[in-house]
Amino acid sequence: MKRISVIASLALVFAGSAFGADLSVPEKVTAGQSLTINGAPSGTLYLFGPNTAMKKKVDGGSVEIEGANLKAAGRYTVTIGGDSATFFVVYDKAANIAFLARPSRVPAAAPGVVSGTAFVFDQFNNLVLQPTQVKFNLAVEGAPPVTREATSKDGVAYVKLDSGRRSGSAQFVASAEGASVKRVVQQVASDPCSLRMKASRGANGNIVVETDPVRDCAGNSVPDGTIVTFTSVDSKGRSTIDARIKKDVAKAEFPPSDSAQLTVAAGVVMGNEIHWGGGR
Amino acid sequence: MNRILPIVLAILACVLIAAATVRTNSLAPATSPQGAVDSLLNQVTAHDLRGAYQFVSSTSNTSFEDFARDLGGSNGSLRTYSALQKFDTKVLNENDQTANVRANMSYSAAVGALYDTRDLKVVKEGSSWKVEWPVVKEPKVPPQVIPVNYLRWDIVTRGADDDWGAQNVDAPHVRIISMNAVEKDGGTIVLGEIVNEDTVPGFVSVGATLVGKDGNTLGQEESFDKISHTILPKEISPFRIDFPGVKLAQVKSVKMTPNAMLVPASADPTIGVMHQTLDKNSMGKSVLKGELVNQSGQTVNIPHVLATFYDNAGKVIWVSDGYVDHALVPQTPMAFSVPVRDDLVSQIHTYRVTVNEYSIDRKDQ
Repeated sequence: MKRISVIASLALVFAGSAFGADLSVPEKVTAGQSLTINGAPSGTLYLFGPNTAMKKKVDGGSVEIEGANLKAAGRYTVTIGGDSATFFVVYDKAANIAFLARPSRVPAAAPGVVSGTAFVFDQFNNLVLQPTQVKFNLAVEGAPPVTREATSKDGVAYVKLDSGRRSGSAQFVASAEGASVKRVVQQVASDPCSLRMKASRGANGNIVVETDPVRDCAGNSVPDGTIVTFTSVDSKGRSTIDARIKKDVAKAEFPPSDSAQLTVAAGVVMGNEIHWGGGR
Repeated sequence: MNRILPIVLAILACVLIAAATVRTNSLAPATSPQGAVDSLLNQVTAHDLRGAYQFVSSTSNTSFEDFARDLGGSNGSLRTYSALQKFDTKVLNENDQTANVRANMSYSAAVGALYDTRDLKVVKEGSSWKVEWPVVKEPKVPPQVIPVNYLRWDIVTRGADDDWGAQNVDAPHVRIISMNAVEKDGGTIVLGEIVNEDTVPGFVSVGATLVGKDGNTLGQEESFDKISHTILPKEISPFRIDFPGVKLAQVKSVKMTPNAMLVPASADPTIGVMHQTLDKNSMGKSVLKGELVNQSGQTVNIPHVLATFYDNAGKVIWVSDGYVDHALVPQTPMAFSVPVRDDLVSQIHTYRVTVNEYSIDRKDQ
């Protein structure tokens, strides 16, 4: 009810203000800064704009509107008595960044796979439309960082970067005028580059198969837990073990056999073949 | 007359009470080999294992505990969640002292019907017949420490207080690497394989939509349990999606929808699949059989075997599955067999077996 009466009052006031004199206000005010109206009449001050509607009694002369009431950028209208004026609150300098980094996980050494989009805001979260230099930095420990600068347009700056050659958690940072936001982009090893295994006889006669360290073509270790499938085919049939890579190596044990054909694969990547026993 | 009626009613009541009290004794000694097996299995159906054990011959050298474990299951295996629903028996051969009886048993379980066929030797002991019920003794694993230090994947997800730009962790990248649509029993079956190309585990499902020649959708189904839902990095799982009642000739195209979700997972246990061979079972049906070996130190309660069959061009021509109703105790081989279509045996060039596992104590599966 109270809100309705304020709105109704405002409507009446602004209808009346069409016939009143203009107040003396600046055309633009920076967000969060106070505004002084000189030579104002005494009466009731009404102010409305984005996120703001206020009413207070003023004595006339020099009237101040506090910066706390002028945080959101946009068009504001002020009336005192029958006089009125409009002004714009504009964004402050860049103070916050909203940073979208995609994707969260990329294969190492892949071109143009990491994208970063920065939205530049002032301290009151108004989009800073003024062109602003935004620095993007993608760095993984132990490797030189990749840095790009982009100028925001309409508050948005965008870059596309290659992933680094080294796997690990890459810190992807966007910064502008003291504000910075960090995201984590996991650079992971690609498919195994070459998969090789060797076989030996275990203590109990079992056939022990073990891969060489499994790495991608950039030399990164394929992560632990990756499945490596060992297959043994002998006179008793086919045996398969989905072993997990542990510390770069996958290992499995097959039952003893006089003659067996051993193969290895990880996903769709095939490795070498070993003919165990027989003429070996 | 007034006295006769109450007397007649009283006599009738006594007769009815007597009739209700007297019942056929289901534990009566069996007078035929088939009767012995029937009586034993009837008691099992009635969940009376003590009663069933009365029909087990002492020559079986089977204790009641082993007998109960064999029929009732142990270690949280699928058998512990199932019940003998029905059976039929057939005498294979018989003489005065021994006989062989085939028992086809059907268990009801949470995953559907489970079938078991046993050729049982029945022997005459005195005037009655008893069943030899041999139980394969499960080898005891000696007390030992089996180091299991495979990694786990845990996930930190986006929180409510993160700013709106903070991205969540991406779902794993999965890819369907082969797909084939076949017709069987008047229905269309979509078969194929999916690979987790990522470096994190994924919970996957595959959906398929059949589109008819007029562009209308003929059916939409998901792979349900004919897939390994949790697949680790670089792991390949087969999938099979059944569309009963939709003929392949009606289908113009198939739209595949692979779905993947990032889930916490553990890299163990490793289950080896040993000595896989195509063979015939006692009914003369084709099966793929072999042994599962749990190479970890924790019991796998319910193993689920998925077999993928390929032709000589490497195309997936069939996917078959089967649950093993015994638990996989560590380091101990357990036999399995999955059915194979007899009409496809000649086309099968190679096959691949994977194992899903369900463990009661594992919270992250």
